[in-house]
Amino acid sequence: METPNTRNNIRENNYSRRNLWSGILFGIGLIAFVDEMVFHQLLRWHHFYDLSTTDIGLISDGLFHAFSWFATIGGLFLFADLRRRHAVNIKRWWGGVFLGAGAFQLYDGIVQHKMMRIHQIRYVENVIVYDLVWNIGAVVMIIIGVVLVKRSSHSRKKGE
Amino acid sequence: MEGNHHHHHHHHAMDGTSFVMAEWILATPFIILLAAYLTAVIISNRTHKKWPVYRVVLWIAGTVLAILSVLGPLAQLAHGDFVWHMAGHLFLGMLAPLFMVLAAPMTLFLRTLPTHAARKVTTILKSKFAVFYTDPIVASILNIGGLWILYTTELYTLMHEYVILHILIHFHVFLAGYLFTLSMIYIDPMPHIRSYLYRAVVLVLALAGHGILSKYIYANPPEGVLRAQAEAGGMLMYYGGDAVDVIIIFILCLHWYRATKPKFQQMRRQAAAESM
Repeated sequence: METPNTRNNIRENNYSRRNLWSGILFGIGLIAFVDEMVFHQLLRWHHFYDLSTTDIGLISDGLFHAFSWFATIGGLFLFADLRRRHAVNIKRWWGGVFLGAGAFQLYDGIVQHKMMRIHQIRYVENVIVYDLVWNIGAVVMIIIGVVLVKRSSHSRKKGE
Repeated sequence: MEGNHHHHHHHHAMDGTSFVMAEWILATPFIILLAAYLTAVIISNRTHKKWPVYRVVLWIAGTVLAILSVLGPLAQLAHGDFVWHMAGHLFLGMLAPLFMVLAAPMTLFLRTLPTHAARKVTTILKSKFAVFYTDPIVASILNIGGLWILYTTELYTLMHEYVILHILIHFHVFLAGYLFTLSMIYIDPMPHIRSYLYRAVVLVLALAGHGILSKYIYANPPEGVLRAQAEAGGMLMYYGGDAVDVIIIFILCLHWYRATKPKFQQMRRQAAAESM
């Protein structure tokens, strides 16, 4: 027989994953949106497509953009779902946001900018400075995300 | 580029009369459908609960957008300028179909028809034919695949030369867009139900296909299109596509969210567990 307590644990486990994923999805969508808004449109440092030969780069970029677009909205609906179930773990959710945003920015900075060379952050001589800021920023976001996620599980255990 | 420009102007082989004829052939079905929709609303309102006004507004808006892109000044601009062509494409292939799907014409139609006729229509809806074409994958291939063929082959140039191609391609763009929207968000009765996850995955892939094509156009102008126009048109296609897709994604997620609503009993159990 399930006791109310085990049910509660199962529920918390399910929802802790859902909190994390909701945050991750929203984080990926948010950072991709910020990248497009700030760097593509406002600053015009780079355009969405600077090299017309790397087909794979084009496809990966397209898939990621489409996914991030869906992720932003889907992530927010997942959050709404958690609220409706009274299962929001806000620290864990923010941890997910930082993890998602950081991971996406790192992927963009390493794979898209450097390995595939689809576009660079900016077309200047010392682009390495921009790359460092970009990728270190990504790593910092990932660290913040990991810390928040860890602490969110601690506080939950303490709470029990 | 100069050569291309020249080329471009040469291809207005379609004369004024046949273009006007094409415009009316394309616009007439939309006018007829608008009349049919409004008539159905009047008939339905006599016997049933009042048909929602916002759906009528959506159907009218969809019709206006579709007609604007095939008839009149916008259609004529689109014939010579790729940026206007793309604006017309967004109207005819994305926005008009979305509005018209949201207007739930099939629900209205089934409600207005006498029972025996409505049953026949339902049988057609359940046919293998309908099941096949309303599958998200098939609809996406017809929609996005069709666009790839149009913009990456000489079909785009030929469309400006042959009236028949102009008409067929424009009908295809609308119908494929309508089918695509219909296969992703269920407003009207569907012959088969596909899971939310399945639709979400196909939608993301189709969206990617649309985005990739717009970037491809940006970098490789279709035959006879100036580079500057291809770049502006590609960006319009990219961001315009995003704007319309956001609505489709939002509605899909909203339906998903509603469908997974926790049952009242579950809520009560949870509340009991929480209070312990």
